[in-house]
Amino acid sequence: MSGELTRMTAAELSAALRGSDVSAAEVTRAHLDRIAAVDDRVHAFLHVADDEAMVAARAVDARRAAGEELGPLAGVPVAVKDVFTTMDMPTTAGSRILDGWRPPYDATITTRLRRAGAVILGKTNMDEFAMGSSTENSAFGPSHNPWDLTRVPGGSSGGSAAAVAAFEAPLAVGTDTGGSIRQPAAVCGITGMKPTYGGNSRYGLIAFASSLDTPGPFARTVLDAALLHEAISGHDPMDATSIDEAVPPVVAAARQADVSGLRIGVVTELSGQGYQPGVLARFAEAVELLEALGAKVTEVSCPHFGYALPAYYLIAPSECSSNLARFDAMRYGLRVGDDGTRSAEEVMSLTREAGFGAEVKRRIMLGTYALSSGYYDAYYGKAQQVRTLIARDFDAAFGQVDVLVSPTTPTTAFPLGERADDPMAMYLADLCTIPSDLAGNAAISVPCGLADGLPVGLQVMAPVLADDRSYRVAAAAEAAFTQRWGHPLLDEASGLERLEQAEPRGAGR
Amino acid sequence: MSITRDEVAHLATLSRLSLSEAELDHLAPQLDQIISAVARVQEVTAEGIPPTSHALPLTNVYREDEPTPCLPAAAALDQAPAVEQQRFKVPRILAED
Amino acid sequence: MTTAGTLVPYADALSRYEPTIGLETHVELGTRTKLFCGCPARFGGEPNTQVCPTCLGLPGSLPVPSRTAIEYTIRIGLALNCSIAEWCRFARKNYFYPDMPKDFQISQYDEPLCTDGWLDVTVDDENGQRRVRVAIERVHLEEDTGKSLHVGGATGRIHGADHSLVDYNRAGIPLVEIVTKPIMGADAAAPEVARAYVAELRDLLRSLDVSDVRMEEGSLRADVNTSLAPRGSARLGTRTETKNVNSLRSVERAVRFEIERQAAVLDAGGTVTQETRHFHEDTGITTPGRSKEEAQDYRYFPEPDLVPLAPPREWVEQIRRSLPELPSARRERLKAEWRLSDADLAALRNADALDLVAGTVAAGASPADARKWWLGELSRRANETGTELAGLAITPAQVARVAELVTSGSLNDRLARQVIDGVLAGEGAPDDVVTARGLAVVSNDSALTGAVDDAIAANPDVAGKIRSGKVAAAGVLVGAVMKATRGQADAARVRELILERLS
Repeated sequence: MSGELTRMTAAELSAALRGSDVSAAEVTRAHLDRIAAVDDRVHAFLHVADDEAMVAARAVDARRAAGEELGPLAGVPVAVKDVFTTMDMPTTAGSRILDGWRPPYDATITTRLRRAGAVILGKTNMDEFAMGSSTENSAFGPSHNPWDLTRVPGGSSGGSAAAVAAFEAPLAVGTDTGGSIRQPAAVCGITGMKPTYGGNSRYGLIAFASSLDTPGPFARTVLDAALLHEAISGHDPMDATSIDEAVPPVVAAARQADVSGLRIGVVTELSGQGYQPGVLARFAEAVELLEALGAKVTEVSCPHFGYALPAYYLIAPSECSSNLARFDAMRYGLRVGDDGTRSAEEVMSLTREAGFGAEVKRRIMLGTYALSSGYYDAYYGKAQQVRTLIARDFDAAFGQVDVLVSPTTPTTAFPLGERADDPMAMYLADLCTIPSDLAGNAAISVPCGLADGLPVGLQVMAPVLADDRSYRVAAAAEAAFTQRWGHPLLDEASGLERLEQAEPRGAGR
Repeated sequence: MSITRDEVAHLATLSRLSLSEAELDHLAPQLDQIISAVARVQEVTAEGIPPTSHALPLTNVYREDEPTPCLPAAAALDQAPAVEQQRFKVPRILAED
Repeated sequence: MTTAGTLVPYADALSRYEPTIGLETHVELGTRTKLFCGCPARFGGEPNTQVCPTCLGLPGSLPVPSRTAIEYTIRIGLALNCSIAEWCRFARKNYFYPDMPKDFQISQYDEPLCTDGWLDVTVDDENGQRRVRVAIERVHLEEDTGKSLHVGGATGRIHGADHSLVDYNRAGIPLVEIVTKPIMGADAAAPEVARAYVAELRDLLRSLDVSDVRMEEGSLRADVNTSLAPRGSARLGTRTETKNVNSLRSVERAVRFEIERQAAVLDAGGTVTQETRHFHEDTGITTPGRSKEEAQDYRYFPEPDLVPLAPPREWVEQIRRSLPELPSARRERLKAEWRLSDADLAALRNADALDLVAGTVAAGASPADARKWWLGELSRRANETGTELAGLAITPAQVARVAELVTSGSLNDRLARQVIDGVLAGEGAPDDVVTARGLAVVSNDSALTGAVDDAIAANPDVAGKIRSGKVAAAGVLVGAVMKATRGQADAARVRELILERLS
């Protein structure tokens, strides 16, 4: 039974819980057992909250038994990227500088999950302060792709993606700043969504790049992602940048799953050199499939997309150099070198030297450079203007088509270690995802096949506030592909079989 | 070359990062490479183009002047590296503000 | 360095150099809550009890600006005749310092909320009074920092301290920064102009009810910039910035000292170092702050956690309409109503008695009476006890009552002073003191005739003079009766009775 429970989708679990076919305690127990069985090798989790999760699950069961009307996610387990504050669990942002930090407040996303009755299984691994595309920048060791444990699960929300792909959780929350939800989803063969910027609260989200960070859902189906999206989205008065509008009807759109008559644009610039041939092939097949389903497909040029990567790698580091200044050893977190003789300035520098990894240091210095007097106009200032041009490219494109499509990322999952000390190579993983972060519009990644045995993602981009449109197209693609394959893509993950067959190495965490 | 090793060392100081010589040797060329790459934005003509920082042109988001609950001092201080007299104890400060 | 160094006497310095001054004042707004969070913005709580994730800058926290703080800032800008921005943003000012929870301060940089205003001040000079128009460059809004105690050093200052203790209660309190344009043409009156500006600004802010503006408590902080240029030179000199100027008097002294110091540097052929200096209250000198290797680059950029401010014009006009009568207009009005000379008005301002007198007049006293009591007896009492006029334990309404009792004849001046003593001593309201101490003027004939007869009998020569027509001599008998009645007799009635008896 336990094995079956972890194979169920969130929607299926929700129905079973509602119908009292199974209890939240059983569902949670099954997932905690799964984590214990495989996470020693997947390393999706930094912290597993066994006791807290069982307490929360039993509380849901009690409320249901008392006849209370509960929401669709009540009793459904969820994994939370360790970038969101949780009062009852440590929160590290994948960094040594926050190792052991217990926040005195919950993120709004955390509060909304709890209020929905979702059971938080634990905090997932991530690239340090969300900077990276592989989780290799985590201070606590990388996560491993369940498809092939020698490969990366993507990043920065790699732990969340791996947890869902390894059936350790049906749902997970991540954040997307340059592609950090969509890219891991693509390389792990699951669905990951970046909502419209501002649609989800950043209160309690440890900031990397304030104008880009966007919380969003991971799931094994588009409908599941939509259910999670609806539960956590919406205006928050604690976040001045959050949108004060109704949440787009994403669940209805996921159920609608119909693209007939829809105009779909293939972005010319998101293709070509550096793209794995198998990825391009699967993408082309996906476009054909959408056409077969009744969509009208055209090519659309977004001429400034070629400048998206450099613009992003100016804006994000600039904002992060400022956001990470607060880690100065004075109020919380790591303190190094305070031997009674050193000055505050020295202790700050020694602590940050010891507490931050190489990528974080690179980006902090890059940001400091780009904001420096004399350089601001040419770098940060210029990048923000390029951002406007990219947003205008999107506006023009959406004047011609309803959604834009591209591969989610140029290659399938690369081996651990291959790009770890080659920042420029690592940055290329975000080529297709970055434009939507800069413009703030909605974008989803859904599996569209395998290339050399590894998953490929299809990205569907929709206008600002039209998140539902992304879900609609993604759901249509998912349904058609599942029918063509005869099963969900994950069933082909040989890495998972190997996980199941082998004995767990040592204790489960 | 976009940036020299000395300039990188200076950036490290500004960022309160006390990099070792070995780290500087490692990071400086990487930073140089990255800066050359991102400098590409200067190829774009953007005369009169306004900057963007939000997907939607929001303005005037406020809160009212109503008190909300504070953290108890214990909660504020219990994660602090050092505490004295209910205050955050920090090493001696060099620069005057 | 804690010595004054070489100074050129003031008049000498002014003969060869022309001073330019500028002032930056920070005002702590009297809002109920902090600028970006709902923690109380009160003075004096236990350390770190008025903090939350946002004002502590905890990872993940976000700021949300207070509409009231923005309104107060606009109010200040309008009162200073500024233009109010149609669209502007907050900006991050980045620097590392332990009293800054985020190691950046949310402030405003190249888009302040208010710009280009002015404030007129008046100073006395050899020719009487001179009006100087101080141009205001900008008024913007920013958050205050936490407060550090430096432990282990000799003076409680940073130098020599072993460690510091930081309290973040003050972090996040809204601060309005008001920056003047360089003030030229103040010439020899530069120190007075600086002081008059801060005084006028303080009165203005108080009238707007946006802050309690107490320099001693730090809710009004002034930094003074001073530079000298050789007379006839077209260019401005290098300026220094002096901080830790905690009273009006210090403003004046700091400018005067800097002029004398900089003149000495320039006379010796040197150049004035552009630096921040620290004013010492006890000695009246300025000393250099710790030198920084280079000028600070704050790497300003627009605050990405906040959206722009675009105050609607109707809101700005509504705020403008709700402005109270400003102090300068009020002074002109009262001067006309009370028929005061410039010197009279100046006396009231110097004694900080204007509001008290106005309150007394509003409670029914004549302007002359109100001025007499506050500038006379009450000022004397304040000086004696070392308190401020406003700190005396008597209200304008009570003073008006005393004046009324004198006018109606129930009290004379001497008795009135005793009533005031009683009120100040906490014995109650004026009427209560009169009753309790039995201070009413006695004008009842039956009570007085006995004393009158006694005085006549005791002074036969004087009585004789009066009978023979020397009416003026009655004063002696009146004095005797007053003495006998411990000053409580109605002197006028006593005189009448005496004349009746002896005519």
